[in-house]
Amino acid sequence: MAESHAATVEGSGPSTTALAHHFEDMEQQREAGTLGMWVFLITEIMFFGGMFLAYTLYRSKYPDEFARGSRELSILLGGINTVVLIGSSLTMAMAVHSAQTGNRKKLIGFLAVTLLLGLTFLGIKAVEYTEKFEHHHFPGVNFKLGEHSETASQVAQKPDGAAAQPQAQKPVLDSKRVQLFFWIYFAMTGMHALHMIIGAGALSFLIYYSRKGRYTPEYYAPVELTGLYWHFVDIVWIFLFPLLYLLGLHE
Amino acid sequence: MISTAPKPSEVIVPPQRHYLNAGYGVKSWLLTTDHKRIGLLYLASITLFFFLGGAFATIIRLELATPAGDLVSSENYNKFFTMHGVVMIFFFLIPSVPAVLGNFLIPLMIGAKDVAFPRLNLLSWYVYNIGAIITLYAIIAGGVDTGWTFYAPLSTTYSNTNVMATGVGIFITGFSSILTGLNFIVTIHTLRAPGLTWLKMPLFLWAHYATSLIQVLGTPVIAITILLLAFERAVHVGIFDPALGGDPVLFQHLFWFYSHPAVYIMILPSMGIVSEIVATFVRKNIFGYKFIAFSSIAIAVFGFLVWGHHMFVSSQSVYAGMVFSFLSMAVAIPSAVKVFNWTATLYKSSVSYQTPMLYAFGFIGLFTIGGLTGLFLAALGFDVHVHDTYFVVAHFHYIMVGGAIMGYLGGLHYWWPKISGRMYPEGWAKLGVLTIFVGFNLTFFPQFLLGYMGMPRRYHAYSEEFQVLNVMSSAGASILAVGYLLPMIYLIWSMRYGPVASANPWPSTGLEWRTSSPPPPENFEKTPVVTWHAYEFKPRDQAEIVGEF
Ligand SMILES: [Cu+2]
Repeated sequence: MAESHAATVEGSGPSTTALAHHFEDMEQQREAGTLGMWVFLITEIMFFGGMFLAYTLYRSKYPDEFARGSRELSILLGGINTVVLIGSSLTMAMAVHSAQTGNRKKLIGFLAVTLLLGLTFLGIKAVEYTEKFEHHHFPGVNFKLGEHSETASQVAQKPDGAAAQPQAQKPVLDSKRVQLFFWIYFAMTGMHALHMIIGAGALSFLIYYSRKGRYTPEYYAPVELTGLYWHFVDIVWIFLFPLLYLLGLHE
Repeated sequence: MISTAPKPSEVIVPPQRHYLNAGYGVKSWLLTTDHKRIGLLYLASITLFFFLGGAFATIIRLELATPAGDLVSSENYNKFFTMHGVVMIFFFLIPSVPAVLGNFLIPLMIGAKDVAFPRLNLLSWYVYNIGAIITLYAIIAGGVDTGWTFYAPLSTTYSNTNVMATGVGIFITGFSSILTGLNFIVTIHTLRAPGLTWLKMPLFLWAHYATSLIQVLGTPVIAITILLLAFERAVHVGIFDPALGGDPVLFQHLFWFYSHPAVYIMILPSMGIVSEIVATFVRKNIFGYKFIAFSSIAIAVFGFLVWGHHMFVSSQSVYAGMVFSFLSMAVAIPSAVKVFNWTATLYKSSVSYQTPMLYAFGFIGLFTIGGLTGLFLAALGFDVHVHDTYFVVAHFHYIMVGGAIMGYLGGLHYWWPKISGRMYPEGWAKLGVLTIFVGFNLTFFPQFLLGYMGMPRRYHAYSEEFQVLNVMSSAGASILAVGYLLPMIYLIWSMRYGPVASANPWPSTGLEWRTSSPPPPENFEKTPVVTWHAYEFKPRDQAEIVGEF
């Protein structure tokens, strides 16, 4: 992606001067850029894959604790963010289409809306994170769950020996394992948010150069490739939302 | 003697303009986007790390010359074998052939002007060096003692050495590997010269394509693993340490998911080199071209399915063990396909015994021993007996040193005329390869015996009965050290004083030999059109090559 952006710097104007010296023609350059982006996205899948593996392992090992942790997340905020991101994918697609058809005004407009939606997502995420920190849901020494929940240590403190006969409906939860859920939550959503920030940077870059009129129907690879990246980051969230937020529902 | 010395009438003149004299000064190197220069930048960096890793190996072999732990303390010994592993694997073997020879040769071999993303290529070298400097800092600041495998919870909780800095260094360097792999995949897909179909490509390219697949698919996994480990170490929350509710075996799974295929990142490119050298020095079309080509892809794919053989004794279920055992043996098939096809190429041929060919012979022999002992280790029962002994150490050194480094040095000699425009001194080079071969076997063969007898790895002291074999090993290591110093000295010497090389000194058929030595900055005067197969040789008495363009 960065490479295709850079390729344009060499030429003073749009279209054919955007061709880097080592490519035969624009078609070859576009092909290389697109394939490069796809390969990059595959590395991203493998990168997130490591965390998905950890998630799968611990969720199957500790289903109750994961459901418990999940119930602390706000489905409303997560849901709004899901809608926001899907909307931004739509506007991103419209931006690519506008670049294709050479409508510069629309291109800048759609890019700006996409950026705005991306920032909205990050803003809501920040609200969620703040709330988690305030409620001591960030794993570590200060971690604790809400009043209404019973963790193993709290049950053990009860004088009447309730720990010896836990009710069948309410399994005793291990606080460490709930922390594992939150740790995976923070790792995955944090890594996703980092990708959103990088995407927002790329969008700002595109807006800047669109205003300068760099992209034409012959040369709009950077817009197209950023679009691919943006859609990928959205898709990751489409997986994260049900896996992390909707777990607690099945009870 | 070079088989096709120029006829007395023609004198070889070096080209007027080539990539080495296209610009002078530090800036022309540090800001270059020429893949050939970047290859040389990598050569300088990894050579430094090769000798650093070698220095650590020297300390290890000195310590093990006597049964008592008298040279270094056990704590320091832990650090030395860890840093030997970290430096050699992440900073030498992984980048070695792809980043140096792959970078230099892939565009030349496909008739392109450069790799697909020249700037990313330069960036990868900088990324490598940033990671390398951070790791050097970790070493100077007191080292790291977890073993290159960084098993949790030792690495996350208990070790009080520089795990963090080393991890960050490896994490960063991983991105240089990803960038190189990405670049090569796109380059081979999109920049091949007209007429150069996939099945006309030199096997070196197939090997690098397969290697790049592993780099792209595997490296991100080790990246996230190290990242999670670093966070766990920093803030004491995480998923690996059982004290935090985590599972340390998860770390081993994630680690080996990359680190087993990483062995193929090290060995596959060398296999590509051997294919080139064998074809050239017997002047024959390689036997079973398609089998060798597709076996590279098969190794890349199956290599991802065998990681569990590192966890036969780490709480993995017996059934998983059986499956991984079977798959580990299955991955030997594509490797054996290559060895058989090289051997079949040699059958009834007349071989020119020049240095690159001697390295190729060394590779085939040593890799076969390394591969076969790998089969022993894939067998569950035998593995339990020799697990964590010197048998394992000997096995992977036969693959990585006997295999990968032999191939790397063979390739460096084979393409040296192209890289430097000069011939290396053949006599010295033969002495070098012989020294390495003898030194290597004397170093590592006794370790098979030691391991089988039960000497565990990673201890600085051992019982008396192991001393004879250990002394043999240490003696071999000093011969090996001389063997590695020789090429470094005479190759540098030859850059100035070696005889001028012709464009195609061996001669061979590849596109890289159809441009001047050294090549011009844009590689070819005009874009070549390929009409011949990769290894279409004319009979020996006709020195010229098939299919001029
Ligand atoms: Cu392995």
